[in-house]
Amino acid sequence: MAQLLQHLINGLAAGTIYALVALGYTMVYGVLKLINFAHGDVMMVGVYMGYATAFVLGREARSSLLGVALIFAVAMLGCALLGFLIERFAYRPLREKPRLTALITAIGISFALSYGFQLDIGFLPGASPRAFPEVIEPTEWLIIGDRDVVVWNWQVISFLIAVALMVGLQYLVFRTRFGRAMRAVSWDHRVAALMGIPTDRVIALTFMLGSALAAGAGLLYAIKDTSVSPLMGLYVGLKAFVAAVIGGIGHVPGAVVGALVLGLVEEFVVGYAASTWRDAVAFGFLILVLLVKPGGLFGRVAAEKV
Amino acid sequence: MSEAQVKTLGERRAFPPLLAVDGIKVHYGAIQALKGVSLTVGKGEVVALIGANGAGKTSTLRAVSGMLKPSAGRITLDGKDTTNLKAHQLVPRGMAHAPEGRGVFPNLTVQENLELGAYLRKDTAAVQEDMEKGFTLFPVLKERRRQLAGTLSGGEQQMLAIARALLSRPQLLLLDEPSLGLAPQVTETIFRTLREVNATGVSVLLVEQNAHLALNSAHYGYVLETGEVVMAGPGRALLDSPEVRRAYLGE
Repeated sequence: MAQLLQHLINGLAAGTIYALVALGYTMVYGVLKLINFAHGDVMMVGVYMGYATAFVLGREARSSLLGVALIFAVAMLGCALLGFLIERFAYRPLREKPRLTALITAIGISFALSYGFQLDIGFLPGASPRAFPEVIEPTEWLIIGDRDVVVWNWQVISFLIAVALMVGLQYLVFRTRFGRAMRAVSWDHRVAALMGIPTDRVIALTFMLGSALAAGAGLLYAIKDTSVSPLMGLYVGLKAFVAAVIGGIGHVPGAVVGALVLGLVEEFVVGYAASTWRDAVAFGFLILVLLVKPGGLFGRVAAEKV
Repeated sequence: MSEAQVKTLGERRAFPPLLAVDGIKVHYGAIQALKGVSLTVGKGEVVALIGANGAGKTSTLRAVSGMLKPSAGRITLDGKDTTNLKAHQLVPRGMAHAPEGRGVFPNLTVQENLELGAYLRKDTAAVQEDMEKGFTLFPVLKERRRQLAGTLSGGEQQMLAIARALLSRPQLLLLDEPSLGLAPQVTETIFRTLREVNATGVSVLLVEQNAHLALNSAHYGYVLETGEVVMAGPGRALLDSPEVRRAYLGE
């Protein structure tokens, strides 16, 4: 029983990280109908920005509250800028082109970032993984029984942040003027422009927001896993993408639920079967969900009305 | 060059100038959709653009509202050159365009669609008033304000598109095929509203396949054929002309 509870907690914690990355995926898809395959790699760049900031701050400063805030701020602002540049120079010129062109470009950017960061010249970090410095000291937040079940502080913090961001995003999209503009652009950006909506700006801001979210998620992941590598974005990004599709891509709460479900599925496979089966079951689960509900758990397959 | 071939009928009633389109050309890749179209719309005037499918009616509207950039020619609104302005920059200058087909946002509620029509306006109280006016014009929209626009019937969507366009308080309203696919009664409602709107001083540039309906409601009309204006005249005069009767009224 205690074991089950512990797996439940670990699964939710893993799912939380997927959820934070999946939120950015799903938001960009919601507005642009573009699967931004570079999203995970933007996250990776954010983690390195946080890593560099932590390094510059030094042992003392980085574990203070102000230090942690600064690490997150630098990574999130830096990624917002990166997201802006990617949208401006890679995606915007292709907006009127077939969707496949933008998709292939996204994959290209993904590889450019993940393999570019393996170079060992200048500020680039090189291929070998590095240990992310300890910024939040892990403490046991809750212990049940004789260490049968342990809940760590970072698990609780990540979970609360993910839920808060989901609620915040849902509010932004459905209750604000900017959110209305986002949804209008999502349907048809040419018609949205006829309302006086500056569509380029709305799309750029959406990208910046999604990229900043990715950086925040990546830092929480790195703090948990204490490891940073140029390829981490490919892996986490793919899992987050799967989570977003399971939930119904474009659907904000769906991304979070999909991610939590995926995290739980993986954890139970690792706990009760074999860890080597984890990814196979994760993708098998995706196929199963899509067979039963092609639009994902919350998505609707809209019939095109003509 | 194409100017010379325009056959002009009758006397045009004088309106103060508002929109002047001068020899615009539009290309889609290698295909030339507009080969130099010129037309004007006065303040308070209703102008109809008629012609067969593919004559360039929609392209003309799109160029005027900034959805398309013409490759040649000049567009002025209220005396200012707007040829190179984008669609969202024309809205604050009094341009409203209710496009054909997917004109409304089906993923948003009726209310949200209307709010987007007033996207750039900061005078919340007046927007509220204008929204009520829109509901008076089309009471069915009030009943359905909480519904997703995608669940409305074709006629209701057209009403929504017009009500939404009016919420930006335009001086020039561009309407693309407002009667397309609608029952005669609904079409009648829409054209009655159009006259009411025009009576408040809003100019209208109207594209219609239904030439009879369009020319009856318009002060002035232009006939487009394969990307060129071939004929122009007061609505009545065009209705009476044998060429128009033969080609567009099925006689």
